[in-house]
Amino acid sequence: MNAVAIDNALVDYLLHLGDNALVLGQRNSQWCGVGPVLEEDLALTNQTLDLIGQARLLYQEAARLQGGDATEDTLAYFRDAPDFRNYVLLELPASLPRVGYAQGDMDWGVTLARNFLYSALMVPLWEALQASAHAPLAAIAAKSLKEARYHLRHASEWVVRLGDGTDVSHARMQAAFDHLMPYTQEFWTDSDLEQAAVEAGVGVHPTQVRDVWRATVEATLQEATLRVPSDVGYVPQGKQGLHSEHLSYLLGEMQCVARAHPGAVW
Amino acid sequence: MTTAVAPVAPGVLARVRAALDALTDPEIPVVTLAEMGILRDVRPAADDPSLVEVVITPTYSGCPAMAQIANDVRATLQRLGVPARVTTQLAPAWTTDWMSDAAREKLRAYGIAPPGRCGVDGAGTGATASEHVVRLVPRAPEPVACPRCGSTHTREVSRFGSTACKALYQCLDCREPFDHFKPH
Repeated sequence: MNAVAIDNALVDYLLHLGDNALVLGQRNSQWCGVGPVLEEDLALTNQTLDLIGQARLLYQEAARLQGGDATEDTLAYFRDAPDFRNYVLLELPASLPRVGYAQGDMDWGVTLARNFLYSALMVPLWEALQASAHAPLAAIAAKSLKEARYHLRHASEWVVRLGDGTDVSHARMQAAFDHLMPYTQEFWTDSDLEQAAVEAGVGVHPTQVRDVWRATVEATLQEATLRVPSDVGYVPQGKQGLHSEHLSYLLGEMQCVARAHPGAVW
Repeated sequence: MTTAVAPVAPGVLARVRAALDALTDPEIPVVTLAEMGILRDVRPAADDPSLVEVVITPTYSGCPAMAQIANDVRATLQRLGVPARVTTQLAPAWTTDWMSDAAREKLRAYGIAPPGRCGVDGAGTGATASEHVVRLVPRAPEPVACPRCGSTHTREVSRFGSTACKALYQCLDCREPFDHFKPH
């Protein structure tokens, strides 16, 4: 692989990791001010700050490699849904299935089940990425790993508390996992961007940490008295830019101010 | 007309260091950036020895105080009239283990329980680098002493507090709620 091909593979891979962090950060930021209790409101907004901080570091590096007019802001605010490479799991509303334009209460169980499934992947993935041949990515991984460990611990404690709680909280937690589990299939599918990043020695394919992820999920759900749901069904392709209807709504809210006032500073 | 570029004089570097040593953390004004381990280096820039390069490192990826910190550093350098630039460096990742004992004592006096040591892997979450599966039975954590009465009879109210770097605790003896700087 020549230097240009490696740079291109890196940019796509950095955007994939950055889009994951930004989209989940934006989704979880919707709890800001309306969390179930003050401590949990703070817990989620703190984690959102971590995720958006990670996205910024990844976008800054992608923009530096891309050169030209690219900045972290152009990458976050001036790309459209098909340009995003995040997992579909992360863009879904914090609720059981609903259409994109529907309004309604957010579901704390779905929020924490998703945070759990994602951070259980990111802890071993960031750990492995500390050995990336691209030193700036290895440095971002080392920083993000510490934060992901906090996120995993927070989410797994809630999964256990609610799963092993009342009949209502147990049923709602089970419904959350039943709904989300099939979306995790996307972690393990092949994509050109991951293939190229692995070949260039800069990326790690999640299949490498699949057993670790599975063990974390099984141990935690067992402790929570929950059944590990089947993950068969529709296989999402967010990594290929094929998203659910929900991403455009999410981006619309996030990008509208930057697009109404391009280049504005304050 | 061009003039030869003079490298930064050692006296200038010392002056810059002294001025930056006085800068405090915008969120915790009792400790300096140097004591926090945020200010990593003051040196002549490798690519232009006439320029002073100030190296800072973020605590948490999304710490909103970083922009303020970089601005404070720039304003200080401008006041000194020294041509300089601020560089952000990620590796090695910041850890609370870099905090001096003096800084820990200042935090305690200010009402924030200082962080315990996290050790070589720097996880500070009870997990080691080789430990993958999350532990459901937490290990006995290092006791956190109340900064007001010193009692270790305290409880964690929330692992996430007023800023990304702090957890919320309460003393079960004197009942004081307090911030604990998380080992990270």
